[in-house]
Amino acid sequence: MTSIAVSTTINGDDVEFLCNADETLLDVLRNRLGLMGAKEGCGTGDCGACSTIMDGRVVCSCLVLGAETQGREIETIEGMSEGQDLHPLQAKFIEHAALQCGICTPGFLMAAKALLAAHPDPSEEEIRFWLAGNLCRCTGYDKIVRAVQGAAAEMRGAKT
Amino acid sequence: MTFDPSYKEQGLKSVGTRPLRPDGVDKVTGRARYGADFNMPGQLVGRVLRSPHAHARIVRIDTSQAEALKGVKAVVTAADLPDQSNGDAATFAVLDNCMARKKAMYDGHAVAAVAAIDASVAKAALKLIVVEYEVLPHVVDVDVAMAADAPVLDETVFTTGVEPAPKTPSNVANRSEFGHGDVEAGFAKADMIVERNYKTEQTHQGYIEPHACVANCNSDGTADLWVCTQGPFVYRQVCADLLGLDVSKLRVTSSEIGGGFGGKTHVWAEPVALALSRKAGRPVKLVMTREEVFRASGPTSATSIDVKIGAKKDGTITAAEATLRYTSGPYAGMWAELGAMTSFACYDLENVKTVGWEVVVNRPKVAAYRAPSAPMAAFAIESAVDELAHKIGMDAVDFRIKNAASDGSKSSYGPVYGPIGIGPTLEAAKSHPHMSAPLGENQGRGMACGFWFNFGGQTCVDLNIGADGTVTIAVGTVDVGGSRASLSLITAEELGIPYENVKAIVADTSSLGYNDMTDGSRGTFSSSMAAISAARNAIQVMRERAATMWDISVDDIIWEDGHAKAVGATHDNLAPLSVADIAAEAGNTGGPIAGHSELVADGAGVSFGTHICDVEVDPETGSTRVVRYTVIQDAGKAVHPDYVEGQYQGGAVQGIGWALNEEYVYGADGRLQNPGFLDYRIPVCSDLPMIDTQILEIPNPNHPYGVRGVGETSIVPPLAAVANAVSNAVDVRMFHIPVSPPRILAALNAQAKG
Ligand code: FES
Ligand code: FES
Repeated sequence: MTSIAVSTTINGDDVEFLCNADETLLDVLRNRLGLMGAKEGCGTGDCGACSTIMDGRVVCSCLVLGAETQGREIETIEGMSEGQDLHPLQAKFIEHAALQCGICTPGFLMAAKALLAAHPDPSEEEIRFWLAGNLCRCTGYDKIVRAVQGAAAEMRGAKT
Repeated sequence: MTFDPSYKEQGLKSVGTRPLRPDGVDKVTGRARYGADFNMPGQLVGRVLRSPHAHARIVRIDTSQAEALKGVKAVVTAADLPDQSNGDAATFAVLDNCMARKKAMYDGHAVAAVAAIDASVAKAALKLIVVEYEVLPHVVDVDVAMAADAPVLDETVFTTGVEPAPKTPSNVANRSEFGHGDVEAGFAKADMIVERNYKTEQTHQGYIEPHACVANCNSDGTADLWVCTQGPFVYRQVCADLLGLDVSKLRVTSSEIGGGFGGKTHVWAEPVALALSRKAGRPVKLVMTREEVFRASGPTSATSIDVKIGAKKDGTITAAEATLRYTSGPYAGMWAELGAMTSFACYDLENVKTVGWEVVVNRPKVAAYRAPSAPMAAFAIESAVDELAHKIGMDAVDFRIKNAASDGSKSSYGPVYGPIGIGPTLEAAKSHPHMSAPLGENQGRGMACGFWFNFGGQTCVDLNIGADGTVTIAVGTVDVGGSRASLSLITAEELGIPYENVKAIVADTSSLGYNDMTDGSRGTFSSSMAAISAARNAIQVMRERAATMWDISVDDIIWEDGHAKAVGATHDNLAPLSVADIAAEAGNTGGPIAGHSELVADGAGVSFGTHICDVEVDPETGSTRVVRYTVIQDAGKAVHPDYVEGQYQGGAVQGIGWALNEEYVYGADGRLQNPGFLDYRIPVCSDLPMIDTQILEIPNPNHPYGVRGVGETSIVPPLAAVANAVSNAVDVRMFHIPVSPPRILAALNAQAKG
């Protein structure tokens, strides 16, 4: 198979990689670039464990081809904190015990980040629907919703 | 020093607080390494070929073309995993389930596997393996499988537990019976009797992380296994048995685990990965796809349960009886037996009898799922109890309170209870504001109770004190949801030092003595008991070191608030020594300071919960929404209440999914129709309300801080609580879980027709 050369931006850095035509962005992140924060829970777009942000939109990286990311801006969990400073969502997830096993957490954080970018003051219902594409089998979602509410409040406070 | 595990009431400083978990940052930054997040040099990709048939004889397997493909480094079949079970049926079942020998027993049963340089070569190689099958008649339904004319799966299965022993093989592997008193005499005294059949469908644990491992067999007979598991020591033992390895030469390291709920207590593809590595001479990474997880890793039993309960007009239950039929997959299990034991555990009954039938069918081998077998039994019993209360005109909660077991009751499965939480959770439910909140149109309220035994078992902990006085504890129970935080809290409590000074880690199998799995809600219960024992041993050492430093008798030194303190008039001028003070001098007083503990944690206190559920049913579509939900459960002592609440909420939501949506759907050909999260729908965030929790603390007399396991009971009541709520909302009893829209509509139509 002939490899495809791709130039893209990941977490603000220019990245170049070679991939096969059938390789997904998730495969590229995990197997070629060593960015293993995105998880494969299903490979079919049903669980959200692989959620990343592409050009500001949440995508299932298992449904995006590596070759499709040419010239795009990709954000992954590895780029969420600023150095040692956790993003408010990350801090609130720990504070609210919004993770048990934690396998779903990177995906939820990506989806929640996109949510708060669009709706800084979301209702509980908005949170629940924005996060409906991310499966969590451990928590029952209660503490996840509260963590997002907590982060939203803190981020709004930080802005004013 | 003998360890005294008995409960002592005391003021607790750390236990019961809610500090940040020690593995939190790793998990929110994507740095935590799960099963699939580990690689080794020269690693190959493993993949498994699976039977497309529910039941088929394997006539011939030809792997030659696959072996000839460039990039393929090994192909294995059952011949590479020879039978070393020495007639032990349970070991043989595990082996045969990992790789089919003579017959494929279910859709998805492994028949061969390859290791290749990358995923696409491995995939191509699977297509080149030729398997000739002779398709056999199959059976997936529990009641059909028990019928005399059902195809018999295994000619060596003769029902055990019945007299006289049958002379012909059948699909019924075992009969078990529990109870006491005389049920016939009891029913004769009843004013009202409810007698019903209930069914539940097969569900999957649905952990988001598929099974994943990296196996490495070296030429010198040593081997390593990196794997997501709930029990690295058990995986080591089983894999060593199946592959003929020395136990001590196989080192198993548990990765972070992305959910297990019982499903990662059994080996699946790990022995196959080791066999591939042994044959290829290179490390092999094997990760299941989601489809494989559904088709070939542990679902629950599907069940059919008959219940008969009789009561007097005043609400006293006079007799209770249940017959429980559970599928166990193609191999004998003890799932119906667990169901039979748990059925009536909530109640104090004079006459009770339960019978469990284990039934083999052409479905995947059943695995434990959170309080295994109890939710289905509770669905049947708690539905019948609800109906009976209604029929005699008593409030459902009052009826249960009247019959609830308490301290001194003889349980339906044998033992006599000590202090237990069923009565208190029911009283709490009765006075909970949820119980009296108004209901809207098309809404109904249901409640139900649940029980789980909780386990203890073999446990080993190492506690090491660093030169600066901070402490590491190495435990052998995998952390499935916050137990490192709980164990650090308990260690800090016992030593009298801050939580921040303790770090708990999960050790690999070569670094610590044997530990049973994280199952049976035993993780925090048993490892905390060992941690307390290890801390007490370390305190003893520190008192001795302080005695050396002060040159006084150790008998004149007590341990208090994290310090060695000299007592008695002659020493009262000595300033107390902290852990750090003592540790700093360790090199001069006898070397490193550690505490070790190995024990069998007995006396895991039984656990009870009561749930309240409100649903709204759309009468046009049969679709149901849970609009309010409350969990009340006894924790003994909540070590880290956030994670106790999390266990309550998570279990409740798994139960809600089971009650409303989740089920394995088989086609007429015996193939699984919905092996993915799109068609096997687990609850999502927008399906649910907040899940309220109330933690009761009735101390377990057999744990120093009163701790009971909390992980499992929460999945037991929801099936019945939801079904009772639906029944109350639409005024039709529901007898078949899940109460999915088609089943609700069918029930409504049947009622309309009268
Ligand atoms: S792995 Fe991409 S959605 Fe599940
Ligand atoms: S925390 Fe385990 S799946 Fe969400």
